[in-house]
Amino acid sequence: MSTELPESESSPPTEESAPTRRTFVATTTAVGGVVIAGGVFGGSILSKPEAAAASAAPSSRVTLTVNGRKHTVTVDNRTSLLDLLREHLDLTGSKKGCNAGACGACTVLVDGRRVNSCLTLAVRLDGAEVTTIEGLGDGDRLHPLQQAFIDEDAFQCGYCTPGQIMSGVGCIEEGHAGSKDEIREWMSGNICRCGCYPKIVRAVEQTARRK
Amino acid sequence: MHPFTFTKASDTREALNAGRRGRYIAGGTTLVDLMRETVERPETLVDISGLPLRDVTVTKGGGLRIGALVTMSDAAAHSKVRSLFPVVSEALELSASAQLRNMATIGGNIMQRTRCTYFRDVTANCNKREPGSGCAAREGFNRTHAILGTSESCVATHPSDVAVAFAALEAQVHLLGPGGERTVPFGDFLLRPGSTPNHEQALTRGELITAVELPALPRPLKSGYLKVRDRQSYEFALTSAAVALHISGGVIRDAKVAAGGVGTVPWKLPAVEKHLIGQRPSESLWAAAAEKATEGARPLKHNRFKVDLLERTVERQLRTVGDNT
Repeated sequence: MSTELPESESSPPTEESAPTRRTFVATTTAVGGVVIAGGVFGGSILSKPEAAAASAAPSSRVTLTVNGRKHTVTVDNRTSLLDLLREHLDLTGSKKGCNAGACGACTVLVDGRRVNSCLTLAVRLDGAEVTTIEGLGDGDRLHPLQQAFIDEDAFQCGYCTPGQIMSGVGCIEEGHAGSKDEIREWMSGNICRCGCYPKIVRAVEQTARRK
Repeated sequence: MHPFTFTKASDTREALNAGRRGRYIAGGTTLVDLMRETVERPETLVDISGLPLRDVTVTKGGGLRIGALVTMSDAAAHSKVRSLFPVVSEALELSASAQLRNMATIGGNIMQRTRCTYFRDVTANCNKREPGSGCAAREGFNRTHAILGTSESCVATHPSDVAVAFAALEAQVHLLGPGGERTVPFGDFLLRPGSTPNHEQALTRGELITAVELPALPRPLKSGYLKVRDRQSYEFALTSAAVALHISGGVIRDAKVAAGGVGTVPWKLPAVEKHLIGQRPSESLWAAAAEKATEGARPLKHNRFKVDLLERTVERQLRTVGDNT
């Protein structure tokens, strides 16, 4: 891989002995015979000419704080915040849906504001504070909106849920959770293909009321 | 995405220097997306987010100067924007999503490129992307395309909402380039496609947008934005209307009207404005004025509906703004 591994100031998370779904998927991909010669950039496996170019692809050093932990990483300039989180920092809670800013599954907070991490270049985040779904709760205590999603059963497949919750946190913080209609409008950047909207709206509304 | 070098400008001089060879990036919501599709292939990105262009200030006489790097969400929420030009805050809040509005800037918004699917598809012919390759939209699926300001070369719409409000209000775009500062009327800033649809703005190489200025208009001024689309939220306009009316003594003294979703650029409607000025608000006036909105419309195979929809959109928004005055 041309992209250097993150130089995390804290110790890397310990490996679990049992294969997680993630390591399982990665292993089966390798067994399936896909040769990742040029490495993975922007989450896609590169074609040969792109891989050749990538070997000399410009990279930059960035220091940013993610969920309270400071990281200094060297990233290919093309790396999105989403790919930095998922592929380098092993924070796979933020999801890649459309990778084009159209679905909201990748929503995180940057300096306290909700953004699409898929359209955010990591190289631009020097000094930024990022909060992902993994950093929302306080230790084992869930964030009230996380709890509300459970209480309201506000998901089916769960793929959009981390983005919905991060967006919901932003929506409440911005003061746009005053009514169901307002929540629907201000949460419209988060698509749920299972159609759990009524319960998502209820979870956001109740959490805003309790605030 | 093609590889690129990256530099962050700490002041405008540094930005202008780097801008001679690079592309400016502010919010990046359009540019990064199009770079991933390889529609955009800049060799150098110049990050301008650190430049001091984030102020909203009231000008002499009661206009507003909105810094190019003010985010869409901050501009929409700004108390002066809301009180002086509701049409601007409404257009902004009906755009994109809350996340994108937190990222995208006013300068970037008016620089955004079309959502024409053939432009975004690098395997399709597109004169805007590859000059001379042809226009796949003309004979393709063109339901969302333009009916006004089109050419043989291009029928793509400009996607911005707030640019429609800027066009209506006759904003000024402040620019800074290697040769100094200049100001361009908004109506001249975005270019109709003609035979060169790849040239979209009246910018010279390395020029930077520093602010968009809304003029001082006679008060009281009522204004608002109506957007019609395929879904209720988070969608581009099929048609839209930005309307601002100055009514005093029961007579319309000034009218500023433009339409979106229908033109290759935000479509100013001088014939509608002319029909309104000097008249007293009435149901028949709104209808008669709105009829003028579609003058010169040339629908394509799949977007004939936009002609009627445009007229009704304008009529409804004239009524909404005018009846409450």
